[in-house]
This record gives sequence, structure tokens and C-alpha cells, in this order.
Amino acid sequence: MTTTLIFMAVLMIVVAWWLLRQTAGTEPWQESAMGAITGGHGGRSFIQVDRKLGLFVFLAVATSLFSLFISAYMMRMELGDWRPLKDPSLLWWNTGALVLSSVAMQWARNNNKHEQLSRLRYAVLLAGVFAVAFMFGQWQAWKQLNALGLFAYTNPAYAFFYLMTGLHALHLMGGLVVWCLAAVKLLRGVELSKVNLSIELCAVYWHFLLLIWIILFGLLLST
Amino acid sequence: MIFAIALILLVIGSVAFHFFSPWYLTPLASDWSTIDDTINITFWITGAVFVAVNLFMAWCVVKFRYKKNTRSHYQPENKKLELWLTGLTALGVAAMLAPGLYVWADFVNPPEDADILEVVGKQWQWSYRFPGDDGVLGTVDTRHTTAANPLGINPNDPNGQDDIIVATGDLHIPIDRPVKMLLRSQDVLHDFAVAEFRVKMDLVPGIVTYLWLTPTVLGTYDVLCEELCGIGHYKMRSQVVVDTQKGYSAWLKTHPTYAQTVAGTGPASNIGLSLVEKGRRLSQSSGCVACHSIDGSAGVGPTWLGLYGKTETLADGSTVVVDEAYLKESIVSPNVSIVQGYAPIMPPGNFTDEEIEALIAYTKEGVGSGS
Amino acid sequence: MAIVTHDADEYVAPAAIPEMELYHPKTWLGRYVFSQDAKVIAIQYACTAIAIGLVALVMSLLIRVQLGWPGAFDFIDPSAYIQLVTMHGMIMVVYLLTALFLGGFGNYLIPLMVGARDMVFPYLNMLSFWVYFIAVLVLVASFFVPGGSSGAGWTLYPPQAILPGTPGSDGGIILMLVSLALFIVGFTMGGLNYVVTVLQARTRGMTLMRMPLTIWGIFMATVLALLAFPALFVSAIMMLLDKIIGTSFFMPAIISMGEQLDYSGGSPILFQHLFWFFGHPEVYIVALPAFGIVSDLLSIHARKNIFGYRMMVWAIIIIGALSFIVWAHHMYVSGMNPYFGFFFATTTLIIAVPTAIKVYNWVLTLWRGNIRLNVPMLFAIGFIFTFVNGGLTGLFLGNVTIDLPLSDTMFVVAHFHMVMAVSPVLVVFGAIYHWYPKMTGRMLDDTLGKFHFWVTFLGTYAIYYPMHYLGFLGVPRRYYALEGTNFIPESAASLNEFISIAAIVVGAVQLVFIYNLFISYYRGKEAGDNPWEATTLEWQTADTPPQHGNFGEQLPLVYRWAYDYGVPGATQDYIPQNVPPSKASSGVDNAE
Repeated sequence: MTTTLIFMAVLMIVVAWWLLRQTAGTEPWQESAMGAITGGHGGRSFIQVDRKLGLFVFLAVATSLFSLFISAYMMRMELGDWRPLKDPSLLWWNTGALVLSSVAMQWARNNNKHEQLSRLRYAVLLAGVFAVAFMFGQWQAWKQLNALGLFAYTNPAYAFFYLMTGLHALHLMGGLVVWCLAAVKLLRGVELSKVNLSIELCAVYWHFLLLIWIILFGLLLST
Repeated sequence: MIFAIALILLVIGSVAFHFFSPWYLTPLASDWSTIDDTINITFWITGAVFVAVNLFMAWCVVKFRYKKNTRSHYQPENKKLELWLTGLTALGVAAMLAPGLYVWADFVNPPEDADILEVVGKQWQWSYRFPGDDGVLGTVDTRHTTAANPLGINPNDPNGQDDIIVATGDLHIPIDRPVKMLLRSQDVLHDFAVAEFRVKMDLVPGIVTYLWLTPTVLGTYDVLCEELCGIGHYKMRSQVVVDTQKGYSAWLKTHPTYAQTVAGTGPASNIGLSLVEKGRRLSQSSGCVACHSIDGSAGVGPTWLGLYGKTETLADGSTVVVDEAYLKESIVSPNVSIVQGYAPIMPPGNFTDEEIEALIAYTKEGVGSGS
Repeated sequence: MAIVTHDADEYVAPAAIPEMELYHPKTWLGRYVFSQDAKVIAIQYACTAIAIGLVALVMSLLIRVQLGWPGAFDFIDPSAYIQLVTMHGMIMVVYLLTALFLGGFGNYLIPLMVGARDMVFPYLNMLSFWVYFIAVLVLVASFFVPGGSSGAGWTLYPPQAILPGTPGSDGGIILMLVSLALFIVGFTMGGLNYVVTVLQARTRGMTLMRMPLTIWGIFMATVLALLAFPALFVSAIMMLLDKIIGTSFFMPAIISMGEQLDYSGGSPILFQHLFWFFGHPEVYIVALPAFGIVSDLLSIHARKNIFGYRMMVWAIIIIGALSFIVWAHHMYVSGMNPYFGFFFATTTLIIAVPTAIKVYNWVLTLWRGNIRLNVPMLFAIGFIFTFVNGGLTGLFLGNVTIDLPLSDTMFVVAHFHMVMAVSPVLVVFGAIYHWYPKMTGRMLDDTLGKFHFWVTFLGTYAIYYPMHYLGFLGVPRRYYALEGTNFIPESAASLNEFISIAAIVVGAVQLVFIYNLFISYYRGKEAGDNPWEATTLEWQTADTPPQHGNFGEQLPLVYRWAYDYGVPGATQDYIPQNVPPSKASSGVDNAE
């Protein structure tokens, strides 16, 4: 459980630090604190919520999920019947596709002004194409292993391989749904301000999934 | 006011119940009195907190009950009081934790000279194995497990040949000798628990766990499985007899070694016994009686008392008269004709024709008709 | 009388950013069924949770009937018995308490108490309920598949959970795992909402340290749930793979019913680690909202500020953080490396310190208060009593040595029911008596309420206090029958009978409560906007029950914390959070 505990510890430290900053030294009942609407908090009401926060909370949940898988992986690895994985070399190409996809997303994010519209469209499409290519590549890697007679029940290492790549792909698929909606809007020529948020969120999500993939891939390679 | 009285009565009642009710720890039969001491320390500390907090609360409810023209005392916090309470609590917690950790250190480090024996659990019976003259248990593997080798002892391991097998029945251990029990399961999780010994531990398939104790009081004690292990969980019982050294040695001699079971010789061999007696022994060593009672009481499977000749209703609604043919079918392929109300979970019996005959004879004549 | 001084600047400029359009339902379906209004969703959650909870309550009575009068009913056979035990536990912990506290109270109270118009992602919120609803249906479906529902215990330990010696090891366990996975997905949607709403949608002036403790409790519980439920998700998925495609994550080489299975090398203990990594925080997912709500009930009905508010907030946070490093205290005798026992016993007993601080502060809130023993207050004080009892027995089980004789006995059952069933449920009742007037505009009947309280409180104590002593005797849990044991005296059977009678009485009295809920909706006394004279924002709404959008034209501005009771110099003994300092003492509407 070490991996998970490290993640939890980091998260808890961040939360504690943030809370401390919010709460240290305040005496909520004090008269001086009564009339003032504090500067640090804008007193925002049900308006213009920063939707990115919602995404970040979700990323924390997803990180918890993947770190638990990694913990389980490492604990299962210590048992006697573990045989190391034969990594399909195709995975390197897939990783490349995912990196390119993430780069394209970042490019789209940086070109969100009106005058950069054509570049934006191009970048968003490219990001999607590379992401789909990655998924296709992962599928091929599964098929290669299957052809070698290496199924999920063959050995726990393969079980984890199928499980973790499958789960990662499932997350990416969720991202592609949002990407699809944004791409359709872009092609239709909808007001840019209505697409920008989706692209922003997609970009953050893409980087997150790339990071997770690199960690998973590193784990698969090294064991 | 009523509320305060109720709270006070509940506190007094709880304390009185603790001291005067007949229900408390079963008398100790091992040297784990340190565990009881830890419990007592914890009882005194938690009991004091329980009484103090609740009586204070009851007093508050009376003293500060609603009065129309008064107001509560405005006091957001009291750092000093809170610090004192935190400190005292920490002290109390430490006073409970320290002995706990001390005794636990004792539990995880069995003495070097402790006797070894193995406890094997499977749904829903207990078996035991002693290391024999060489003092070493032979290696085991599930792949070696057969009807003739129920504990899965490795036939090629010389250490295993003299292992003494207690496939079913009581366990005897000598008094005043520390004993380390190695625990192992063949199927699901179980838990070896004897209330009088205080210690317990799960049996986990795939690994070997342990516990140790020194029995100090002669007697017979119930062994219970305390980790839910399926339908027959509550029937998974055995008994452990704390015996004199002499009685223990004599008892051990009545059980065969692994080599003897393979050869079909030894103290438990069947030669010269009646068919019914063979069946009786077989029903115990194969674990039939874990699920089928012989006294008419309800169990995981139908009771054998009065079974022969009875008309049973099957799961599909049809009826069948229990005769030799039906009994044989039920032993060889038990899940074909299930009696209504029972789950199809009985393992097919891997017996010779002669053994089946013995079992049927036992059911028919040994157990009786029940009337 | 001293005058409350304040900063000169009382004027607050209107919010700079325009309000977002609220969701407006156009059809009946959109208003009541697929509603995106948090208050409607809250009631949907609560009704579903209570409905399935009643099923689990009936199960518990059947369990008690079997224990009190073994063999009285033919249909409770050994396999039905452990199915009842399993489903009762799982439903109560996950589908009732978690859903009710977070989905029910969270949805209703968060927007109202922080001064928001609604949850920030209303559509997701609606989806959250419907996924939960489907999860409940899948769970219910498992009763009707061949073999019935799972009988593996609510902990669903492999290997037995998926092997034939346990009832429901085919369809039952698969549906159970699928239902749990759905529940987690649904909960994550809701949980995102609760967290982001608390962080971003608070009204002007509602700083974190001015939030009522109810919100702190629900907020921290949601954070725990978001981080801990993935562990259950992971273990459920891995067990499904073990069951369906034959992987060996948790399954070692096994001979089941005389048959060698294809599994090898897996570890049942790995499952237990994952399960309890979820399972222990789950205890606090239920407890923290209860802690928060009870703090507010005590403060409001004792007419006194909560004692040591900052300590209370930090205690909630510390308990939440510590709850992630105590999980293996459920596994002292599981066969894990016994040396872990030292670490986990220590962390477990440390968690007693912040918990004790909370108890002290509750009691000190009563001290020098002006206590009104309204029905919600009865439940709140009842909670302190049972929680102290259950918390202290936790010190027995958390201490690794004492766990040796007591684990897997009725002592454990008594402990966790006292601390995780009776205590939170008393808070749930108190909260319903407290907020029902806001939800419906009418008071619940007082006499019926008092009757309900006394029978429930005394009855549950009569059930669970003596049960600890069965545990001391060594009576194991999850046992269909005890016949044939020598060390358990005959008298234990009469004690079991007594407990069963108490359980049936308590169960029956809940009908009075449900009757009260219905009758008061039509005949209850008119409540008015603020019957308890409370300070928090939900009592300051323009309408009762609050309309969609909660606060009418103008969102409230918050000038103070939620606990201004008995403030010296104020005109009333309470000052609502949205009363500006100048009006608190001069008295605009001081009907003292």
C-alpha cells in the first residue's frame, strides 16, 4: 500500500496546508471578523464556478484509483508465482502517439484566440487522431499477446496488464466523448468562448492521462 | 429531569451489569493471563471515562435546563481546558496501549522450544498433524491431496513419512508445554479459536499462519471456526483436550503416521472390523458428519437419523424413497437429486465400492431409524 | 449591555459577476423525477435509502429471531441466515447510511447552509441519483437470481465469496459487485458536486471558518469517500475477474469440495487490505456527517455556541486524515504479518484523542448552556451517550492484544452497531425532527417524537450493551446456531432471547416514526420560518419550504459564524448569520 499511502500523504499535506492558510489565526467569533467580508474570498455565489476545480477533484479520485492498482500490483508481485511480463514493443509506438496527442492538445490550448481559429481546429483534430491511434495501438498490443497465448488468467502480470491498460483506455474514452462534442462545435463554427472551456479541460485531462500512462508503462517495463 | 435520571440509571445499570451479571470472560485455561490483565486495565480506564462523562452530562442537563429569561454563558473556547483534556486523554490512551503492545510482542515471538503441531482447516472440518519422531513436518502441496492423503503431504519428502495424522476427532495437547500451532487452510478462510485459550488466528489458503500458547488447566475445550467460511461455518467444530504428558503420548499412539496410512496399516486400520464400524470410521475420517448429523439435528445436509426408508421430497418436487440405490447415487454424484431445502454443495465421494457399502450399512444400521 | 463593535465598512458591493441562469424544469418529469434541484434530489435519495433500509431492518429482525429462538422459522436455514447477515450489513452501511448522509442530507443542506442557489453541477447531480437508484435495483435483483444473494458476509472475503460452499456464489456475488461498482460511479458524480459547491459556491461572507460544522462534517466525509471508494472499486473489479475469467488476484491454489481449482498463487489477504483501505474510512464517512450534524443540534438547542469550534474543525480533519492509516486493525487476526499489529494499534489508539476531544466539546457545549429538551435535542444527547459507549469499546478492539480474544465475537457486533448503527441513526432521527419543519413547513408531532425517542434509545441500549458480554464469553458472530458448545452457559440463550425481544420492540416503534412523518405532513403544527430560533442560513430563507433557488431575489450576505447564541449585548439570544452587526444589538425585529 506504500504507493497509495504516499499519494494520500501528499494529498493530505496539500489539504492541511491550504486549510491552515485559510483558518490559521482566524477567530471566527471575534467581532473584528464579523463585519468584514474577507478579501481572500470573493464571496462568490452560484456564478461562474471554475469548472476546472471539478476536473481536478475528479483527477484526485482517478489518481487514488490508479495508485491503488499500482499498490495491488506491487503487493501481488511479491508472491511466489509472479512471472515478468513480455512487453510488446508496440507499446513504445503507442506511447509516442499519446505524447503527440497531448502536445497537440497543448497546442490547441495555446491557440484559443479568434484569429487562430484554423490552427485551433487543426490542433484539436490532430489531438483526437493521435488519441484514437493510441487506443488502436493498445488494442493491437492486446491482440498480439492473445496470439501468443498470453491471456489474463495465464499469469497475474498479464491480468494486471489487461486490467490497467483497459482501465486507462476507458478513461481516455471518456475524454474522447468530451473531445467529440468540442470538435463538432468547432467544425460547426460555434462561438469560440463556448468551446474554450472544453479544450482547456481536455488538455489538462490529456496531460494527466499521459502522466498516468507513463507511470504505468514504466511499471510494466521495470518489472 | 427525567432525562438526567435516565442517564444516571443507565450508567449505574451498566456498571452493575458488568459486576453482577453472570456473563464475562470464560475461565482461562492457558498462560495468557496477560491478555486478561490488559482487558482489565482497559476496563478501569474506559469505565472511569464512561461514568465521568455521562454523569457530568446528566448534571448539565439538570443544572442548565431551559429558563425563560436567562442566557447561556458566552464562551467560544477555553484553550487551557482543552489542552488539559487532550493531555489527560493522551495519557489514558498511552496507559492502555503500552501493555497491549508489550503483550503483543510476546504473542508474535513464540518460544524457541515450543512443540510444533499443524492445524488444517477445510470446509467444514478440522484435521491435525504432528511432526512425528523427527520433529519436522513434511512439506505439503494441494496437488498431492487425495482421499487417501487428505492433508496433501508430499509423498517424496522423507520428513513427512513419520508425520502423525489426526484426520478427524479431538486434538490432544500436553499440559504446561508451550505449543506453536501452524495454521493452514485447503480451501477458504477459517479461524482457529478456543475461548479458554484467548488467542485465535485465521487460517488462510496459500500461506501458513501461527499462534502459540501454554495450556495450564486440564480439560476439554471447544474449538470453533470464527471466520465465516460458508454454509457449514457454525458446524465447523472440534475439541481440544489438555492432557497429561502420559495421556497425550498414549493418545498420539492411536493415530497412524503418514507412511502407515499409505500402507493401510497402523492403529486405525480397518482389518477385522464389522462393515458398520468401518462405515462409522469412514464417515468421521471423510468428514461426512460435519454436515450430516446422526442425532436428528438440523445441519448443512439432511440428518442420517431415520434416513433409510424415509420418503424425501426433491428440489424439483418429485419424491423418492431412500434406499441403497439412492444413497449410492447421493454419495457418488451428490448433486443430481438434491433434497428440497438443501444447497447442491456436497463434494462427490471418491470411495471404493466396499467403502460405499460400509457407509450405507452404517447409515442403515449404525445410526438407526430414529423411532 | 455592551455594544457589539464592528468594522466600519458594513456595505458590501454587489457581486461583480452576473448570476448564472438556474435550471428551469419545463415538464412534470423534469420537476419531480429527473429534477436537477438539489432539494428534490435529496428527497429522492433519502426515500430510496430509507426504503431499502427498511428491508435491511426487517432482515435484522429475522436474524434476531433466529438467534433468540433458534429454528423457530423453517425458512431461515443456515444459508438463508448468512445471506440475511450479508445483505443486512451491506445495505445498512453503503446503501442506507452513506447514501442518506451524503446524498440525502448533503444535497439538502449544503446549498442551503452555505448560501448557494443549488449544487454547481445540477445535471451531474441528477445522474448521480439515478445511477444510485440503478445500483439499488441491481442489488435487489440479486435476491431473485438462482442461488440467491451473496452470503459471504458484508466484507465479501474471497475465496469463499466466489466458491460454491457459500450461498449466492454465482449470480448473487456478481450482481453485488456490479451494484457496488455502480454505486461508486454514482457517488463520485455526487461527491464532485458536494466538494466543489462547498469550495466555490459559498455566498459572500461565508468563509470556511464561518461554516456550520454540519457542512464541515459532510465535506470531509465526501473527501474521504471520493478517495476511499476507489479501493472498493479496485477490489470489486479484481474479484469479478477472478470469478468470471479465472484470474488469480486473490485466489491461491484451492481444493474446493474435493475438486482442485485452476487458481494459484493469489492472496486473500491482498483483498482484505484493499477492502479495509476502503472499509475503515467508510466508518468515518458515516460518522463525520453525524458528528457535524450533532454539533449543530447541540448548539442550537442548548442556545450556546459550540464549544471550541476551531478544535472541532481540526478534529474532523485529523480524524479524516488518520482514518487512512488505521485500516489493518480490522485484520489483526487475519494472518497478515503480525508485526504490522504494532503500527496499526498505535495509530488506532491515537485516533481516539481527536475523537475524545469532540466528545468533550459536545458535553462542554451543554455546560452553562440554556438547554431546551426539544425532540432533536433528546436524540443529540442520546447520541453522545451511545457514542461514548461505542467509542470506548473501540479502545478494546483497537488494542491489538485485546482483539485476540474478542475479534470475530459478538463483542465486535455490539461495538460497531453501537458506534456505527445506533449512534448515527440517532443523529439521523434528530436531524429529521430538526429539519422536517424546513422541508415541509410543519412540525413533527412532539408526543409521538418523545415516545419514539425513548423506546429507540433505551431499546437499542438494551440490545447492544449486554451483547458485549456475549462476546466476552466467546460467542462467535455469524453463527446460525450455538448448540453443542460447552463453554457457553445456558443463560446466554435467555440473554439472546431478551436481546431479540428488545430488537423487535425497537423495530416496531419505527412504524410510529413513519406514521408521524405522514400524519404531520397533513396535520402538523405550522412551523413558521425558524421554529428553533437557529442562526444558520437555511432558516433564513424567504419561503418555507424553500423554493427552487433557495433564497429568493437576493442571496444572503454572511456577517458572522454560525454559533452566535447568547452573545452578550445582543437583543436576542441568537443572531442569524446574515444579520449585519449594526442590527444585532439595536434590534430590528427583536421579539424578545
